[in-house]
Amino acid sequence: MDINFVIEKFILVTILFAISLVIAMYSTYAERKVAAFLQDRLGPDRAGPFGILQPLADGVKMFMKEEIVPATSNKWLFMVGPGLAMLCACIGTAVIPWGQDLTIGGKTVPLQVTDINVGVLYIFGVVSLGVYGVMIGGWASNNKYSLLSAIRAASQNISYEVAMGLSIIALLLVTNSLSLKEIVAQQHSWHWNVIYQPLGFIIFMVCSFAETNRAPFDLPECETELIGGYHTEYSSMKLGFYLFAEYINMFVSSTVMVTLYFGGYNYPGMDYIAAHWAPNAAVLFGTFIFFMKIFMFIFFFMWVRWTIPRFRYDQLMNLGWKGLIPLAIVNIIITGIWIALRQF
Amino acid sequence: MESLSNKKKVLEQKPLNLAERLYLPAIVKGLGTTMSHFFKKSATIRYPEVEREFSINWRGMHSLKRDEEGRERCTACGLCALSCPAEAITMIAAERKAEEKHLYREEKYAAVYEINMLRCIFCGLCEEACPKEAIYLDGPIVPSDYLRKDFIYGKDKLVEAPLETK
Repeated sequence: MDINFVIEKFILVTILFAISLVIAMYSTYAERKVAAFLQDRLGPDRAGPFGILQPLADGVKMFMKEEIVPATSNKWLFMVGPGLAMLCACIGTAVIPWGQDLTIGGKTVPLQVTDINVGVLYIFGVVSLGVYGVMIGGWASNNKYSLLSAIRAASQNISYEVAMGLSIIALLLVTNSLSLKEIVAQQHSWHWNVIYQPLGFIIFMVCSFAETNRAPFDLPECETELIGGYHTEYSSMKLGFYLFAEYINMFVSSTVMVTLYFGGYNYPGMDYIAAHWAPNAAVLFGTFIFFMKIFMFIFFFMWVRWTIPRFRYDQLMNLGWKGLIPLAIVNIIITGIWIALRQF
Repeated sequence: MESLSNKKKVLEQKPLNLAERLYLPAIVKGLGTTMSHFFKKSATIRYPEVEREFSINWRGMHSLKRDEEGRERCTACGLCALSCPAEAITMIAAERKAEEKHLYREEKYAAVYEINMLRCIFCGLCEEACPKEAIYLDGPIVPSDYLRKDFIYGKDKLVEAPLETK
């Protein structure tokens, strides 16, 4: 392994990490602003122009708060919980292809940390690991509300992972590949997978709402029943990590949805741009388009949160097991028949 | 039995049909409703910079009035303190000296007059009780502060500015 490779990947990982954190930071701000606008209010506007420094103020507040560890908690796991939540949230971006290959000094630099051939499975693994942060934190708090919330989070994640996996199977029937780079490359120009898999996309989207514990499926942190949910006992930056991990998760799920269904860095008219612009500029413009799509999805996450009331627990389970899983299976069958017919 | 008022409404609980069970049509409708609010003018008033319009009988900070010759009207009778349901008003009376005739209208005046703005409920009973028309709640909103002691307003803050001598 030559040193250039290491440096190149190190830079890419650092940039991705920084981007994830900054987007998560400003998602908290955007969430409050979107909520405010949807409710005919103004939102935070005191810290800096238009309240743009609000995330910094919140961060400082989080760091300055007293850190309280409950006496009867499992100290070690209590500390591991938020760290694990944060770790799982951050490593998801490693397999996402952020753009086509750049050419710097005659060398091709892929805008992807690693193109493992089972990228989709990796994403799945990381997303399902994410629930461990919630579970461990909830259990280690030694508080009945936290425990109830952890149990809810675990069962919710397991239930929705099934439907999510089934919706992905239909997608894989179409793409014939598990590599995310390959999947994105196939969606050239406007051939986005959402056109071939509309039902699969809706199932996947609903499931990713549930997986990220976002409204209307935010039962693990439902204040009216469980105080703060799994982070009831957390304070200071440990609480900050949990809240932060939720926003990074939202960013990662938006990214995955764009990658799998909305063409990643592809956009109509990209051939024209590639022919007329400098090659690197065209690639970076594709990445820019990618981020715009991601921001649209993050906005959609927030828009939904401030529209739909929280599901009841039995409704959640009914929707998952009796609604989405049969639908996903039907989707697989339809896709299979369609692919079989296409080959004739 | 027949309802007498005829206002009673019996709600029927029908099982959800397929479209309702999918939630999606209702969700899309809801998303439309919230989005229509996104572009509406917000109802917020940025308070310290912008103040909302008050009604004419709005009660704000107290002011101790002067008469047409610029003398303080208050005679320290204590009726305002007595009428105050929150016991926010205290005062110490003093006798007017001969050379102070231009300062105080009555022979007795309030040497110290304090209102605790944290206790005050802005009911306006002091205004009603005052026989000398010396106190009115016609000021602005009482500003916020950091210390409790700073909310006890003395005569320096309450008494109206002296009249301009022409």
